[in-house]
Amino acid sequence: MPAPIIKIDSISKSFGSFKVLDGLSMEVMPGEKLALIGPSGSGKTTILRILMTLELIDDGHIQIDGEQLYHVERNGQLLPADERHLTRMRQKIGMVFQLFNLFPHKCVLDNVTLAPMLTKGMPRAAAEKRAMELLDMVGMADKAKAMPAQLSGGQKQRVAIARALALSPKIMLFDEVTSALDPELVEEVLNVMRKLADETDMTMLLVTHEMGFAHDFADRILFFDRGRIVEEGKPDDIFRHPKQERTQTFLKKIIAAGHRV
Amino acid sequence: MEWDWNFVREIFPTLVDGVKITILATLLGSVLAAIVGLGIALARRSPNRLLSRTVGFLAEFIRGTPLLVQLYFIFFVLPDIGILLSPLVAGVIGLGLHYGTYTAEVYRAGIENVPRGQWEAAKACNLNSTQTWTRIILPQALPPMIPALANYFIAMFKETPLLSAITVLELMNQAKSVANSSYRYIEPITLVGAFFLVISLFSVILLRWLEARYGRIER
Repeated sequence: MPAPIIKIDSISKSFGSFKVLDGLSMEVMPGEKLALIGPSGSGKTTILRILMTLELIDDGHIQIDGEQLYHVERNGQLLPADERHLTRMRQKIGMVFQLFNLFPHKCVLDNVTLAPMLTKGMPRAAAEKRAMELLDMVGMADKAKAMPAQLSGGQKQRVAIARALALSPKIMLFDEVTSALDPELVEEVLNVMRKLADETDMTMLLVTHEMGFAHDFADRILFFDRGRIVEEGKPDDIFRHPKQERTQTFLKKIIAAGHRV
Repeated sequence: MEWDWNFVREIFPTLVDGVKITILATLLGSVLAAIVGLGIALARRSPNRLLSRTVGFLAEFIRGTPLLVQLYFIFFVLPDIGILLSPLVAGVIGLGLHYGTYTAEVYRAGIENVPRGQWEAAKACNLNSTQTWTRIILPQALPPMIPALANYFIAMFKETPLLSAITVLELMNQAKSVANSSYRYIEPITLVGAFFLVISLFSVILLRWLEARYGRIER
């Protein structure tokens, strides 16, 4: 059995007096597609942000690809990691945000080439060639010279996916990537993600309220509530036969709100 | 008292010399204020408490005291500790430091206006802190603040007559000296006002253009 690519060991995180995560542990296998679902404030987005080092943990340990994320080992002791270590670890992880966060002063192509050129020293020609392949994959090659402000939300998000892929991360984090989109634009982004799941063996973590998509996309579903994993399992088990009462209540509410499962 | 056109013609070249110094002092002062302001704004954001507090206190101190006093200090007091500056250099330093504390606030607002998501995207793209500042944050923060910066530079321009107090031969000083030697004030001082008015009006037109050009960034 291969080693997990992400190993989270009893991490805690508070915002002020609000404890978002409380001694959470979980593991993700290489290539696994994981969907994190649950009510807002349950800590699922915080996990992605912690893995991207946008939020620091108060307590606990995280291993990515066999290495400590927030710590470095010295003489058998675990010490807090410095910025250099974090920079190295971030290479393994890419993230797509709810609000796209494209760089508005750069054209689509430059958004995708910026990081490979700056962080990997890739020559412009090579970076652009790779960027065009990625833009082609997300169906945005014809907009390479457009500015982000000229794009629809769905188009921006597809460019954001290409930008995250440009650094060839082992792990991709998707944080409610369709929540800010008009309903008719959701599908074009989901299609790109389906393609990504089919064509690559990247590990993918997805926080979403699109239950139908989570069902089709994920190998495993984690249901979160109040900073803990209440229930986890295969999509069919979670969605058709949830065992925990809280999971049942949540899914009922979601279905009542008009989301299909 | 009568307006004497011949006297105007006679003193005009002298006043033009003064205008040149006034404009030079304003331009150099603006460049210095832009740099000092950025430095203060960045230092105040530093995680190093000692640095951010010290710079913050110094900035408050400079903003809370009159420019004229600062000019006197730089030009007349610093020589006591062996720092001897020419009038123009002292004047430019005074203007730059004083207005730098104001432009720092413009930078602060401009930097804070860049959405947090941009910092996070930069981090997710694995950019280091220098790359984040120079490639992502400042290119977005600077254009919208250009009109506000230009506003301060116009204000600075109108305060350059203070430099006459430390013997800079700018427009006001030239006007005073011709007035003192000829005992006629109406022409030189009126001309000083006219010069300032004309240049200010042109600057305001330039400012309006800058506002239209850089005032907002499309997202």
